Amino acid sequence: MTAQAPILIIIIPLIASFLNVIIGLWRKRLCYPLVIITLSLSVILSISILNTVITQGVIHYRLGGWEPPWGIEYVIDHLNAFILIIVSFISFTIAIYSKRNVEQEFPEKTVYFYTIYLLLVTGLLGITITGDVFNLYVFLEITSLAVYALIAIGRDKKAPLASFNYLIMGTIGACFYLLGVGYLYIVTGSLNMADLGRLLPDLYHSKVVLAAFAFFTVGVAIKMALFPLHVWLPDAYTYAPSTVSAFAASTMTKVGVYVMIRIMFTVFEPRFSIVMLPSTEILGWVASGAMIFGCILAIAQTDVKRMLSYILIAEVGYIVIGVSVANRAGFTGALLYILFDAFTMACLFMAAGAVMHKTGETSIHGFRHLHRRMPLTMAAFSIAALSAIGVPPFAGFFSKWYLVLGAIDAGKWIFAVLLLLSSLLVAVAFFRIIQNVYFPPYEILIAGSEIALPSARNDKITLMDEAPMSMLLPIVIMAAGILLLGFFSGRIISTIIQFTVPGGF
Amino acid sequence: MEFIIGKFNYWIYIVLMMIGFYAMIAKSNLVKKLVGMNIFQTAIILFFISIGSKKGATIPIIQEGATGDAVNQAVNVARYINPLPHVLMLTAIVVMVSTFGVAMALIIMIFRKYKTLEEDEILEIMRSEENK
Amino acid sequence: MIGRFDNVIIQTISRLLIPPIQLFALYVIAHGHYSPGGGFQGGCILGASFILMVIAYDIKEAKRMMSEKVNTIFSSLGVIIYSGIGVVCLILSANYLDYGILNKIMPVTIAEARALGIFGVEVGVGITVMAVMVSIFLNLASGGEHEEAEE
Repeated sequence: MTAQAPILIIIIPLIASFLNVIIGLWRKRLCYPLVIITLSLSVILSISILNTVITQGVIHYRLGGWEPPWGIEYVIDHLNAFILIIVSFISFTIAIYSKRNVEQEFPEKTVYFYTIYLLLVTGLLGITITGDVFNLYVFLEITSLAVYALIAIGRDKKAPLASFNYLIMGTIGACFYLLGVGYLYIVTGSLNMADLGRLLPDLYHSKVVLAAFAFFTVGVAIKMALFPLHVWLPDAYTYAPSTVSAFAASTMTKVGVYVMIRIMFTVFEPRFSIVMLPSTEILGWVASGAMIFGCILAIAQTDVKRMLSYILIAEVGYIVIGVSVANRAGFTGALLYILFDAFTMACLFMAAGAVMHKTGETSIHGFRHLHRRMPLTMAAFSIAALSAIGVPPFAGFFSKWYLVLGAIDAGKWIFAVLLLLSSLLVAVAFFRIIQNVYFPPYEILIAGSEIALPSARNDKITLMDEAPMSMLLPIVIMAAGILLLGFFSGRIISTIIQFTVPGGF
Repeated sequence: MEFIIGKFNYWIYIVLMMIGFYAMIAKSNLVKKLVGMNIFQTAIILFFISIGSKKGATIPIIQEGATGDAVNQAVNVARYINPLPHVLMLTAIVVMVSTFGVAMALIIMIFRKYKTLEEDEILEIMRSEENK
Repeated sequence: MIGRFDNVIIQTISRLLIPPIQLFALYVIAHGHYSPGGGFQGGCILGASFILMVIAYDIKEAKRMMSEKVNTIFSSLGVIIYSGIGVVCLILSANYLDYGILNKIMPVTIAEARALGIFGVEVGVGITVMAVMVSIFLNLASGGEHEEAEE
């Protein structure tokens, strides 16, 4: 069973997704239990894979029994296993959260929503686990198509147009990735990542390999919303249903960063990506632009989900800076940041979705005095916000510490200054909301103005109207994870992350 | 001159790709953007398939009877073109068709909500609704 | 959106041609080994035969032949056949799509087992592609009211 775990983790959600259609057409109420069972099996399998990788080393799994350069091979090393367990755990938690959201926003599409959701999870797990560049393209497109469909069923009128814009930009990114794969195939004749890593060093002087690297980088940058190519993200994640925003925000960008790390350091050697090309410097400047730009625009928003999308753009900037400083501390910080940011973003978006479920709006004004109605949700929101800012006992502090340490080690003082400055800006953005929740300033009604407070919130006694348990439990789990995981970061680094750092750092 | 005439096939693919790319970016009608996307992806598929061809080679189907029992003898690889790009592009064509299908479904949803398919008109309607 | 447009020539010719088209599609699926063809191509031709029926007649006629519920079940069935063959190989303790192991349950040699395994996968792919082609076309042709029109 454990020898077949790498393939089971892909085909269990895949078969369950198509079984869901047949079962759902028969009895609609069976969809949700099927999804929960499938994703819990995924989590168990990913834990078992992580265990195997830690105790025995890299796993190689040959699809169809064919030898690697001729057949597709799944290679799981520490980096893979790390991202695998993040994706499966978050997909499981958000699936628990999704029940009430689906019942409220689109009850007649329950069956198809869960089908596409399971396909999305399959695609993400497939991107993480595969060791073949073309197989990665196939899974990338499965993921993208599922997300386009899921974003478009949001309740807002602007959701289909946002999804269409995402479709156009995402297809350009995937086509650039395909062109990169094509160029590498022309010069080497192989599609396996390890094989390419072996064959390419003789060809680093040729222009085709250079063009392939450029296409790969731009294609993946579109998919993970790196600064100048992030334009699709705010619209798409604001108007999507709450479940989809939470899941896509916490996993899709992180898997995009994983693809970039794989291409820069496994397919192309570190000495090509860092020494021969100034790609890490360019990425560093682009990522600092992402941090500052994302935070400044986040301060300008009045809608909470839109603000969180801009913070997400800034977070992608943090992770890419960690990769671009190209030393051990920075890379460790980037991977820790992937873990903690996945939890943080999931918690923030889920809390915003719970507020939307109860009050029907997500403007910052609508958060006034909300701690009386939904104390636990707002506590979780505050914990996640403090982690995003980087305040000490919470998880975000540990990852930002390593990032700043990495920037200082590489001698790039300007990046360290920009990291701290953007933490300050994130603090400003979040403290507006937290202030509105706990200590809202008095509002003066100017005659003839449009501001009208609903009278229920002016009463002295406000009933506690907390989010339903199936929504509250995942939010609390994520918040507890943020609180506790920070203290385990030392153990995480020593058992997993220190083996993922590419050689030569 | 050798640079242009000698590699004319690559120039054709690039020109096709750029026509599609231009249509995706510059046209304001949503269906025209979609047609541009289709041209872009088709040009990439054409490029890929062309890299498998060899001079004087035939299609990659083993000719029975040419060398006796064709199944049990070694195949002379130089006589057949490379079938791997064809197989990869089969997958890419499926992806292209699926993306096109999803995009058309999105366009129908947009049309039902806004009654127009020109991007600037849609943005006008969105702006006027926000200002209300 | 597509109304009924009765044209004797088109209806007669399509009534004569649709069964040979479907037969040809099955031929294309089965001959994927030895000539250009395979699952996706054959599935497209099968889907095209249903689309021809919609164009010649009416959407309601096509829905009489292939209702939306049957269509959805077909699309899942194809993928389950595909993955199911892989899972059978897993159960017989080989790697995922290692068809050679199928010679333990069927009285054929390893090479023939591989050929039959690939053929099974192609059939699954063909069924799914047919269902998806018909579903995409019906959704677009009815202007998005494909599902509500069922009631």
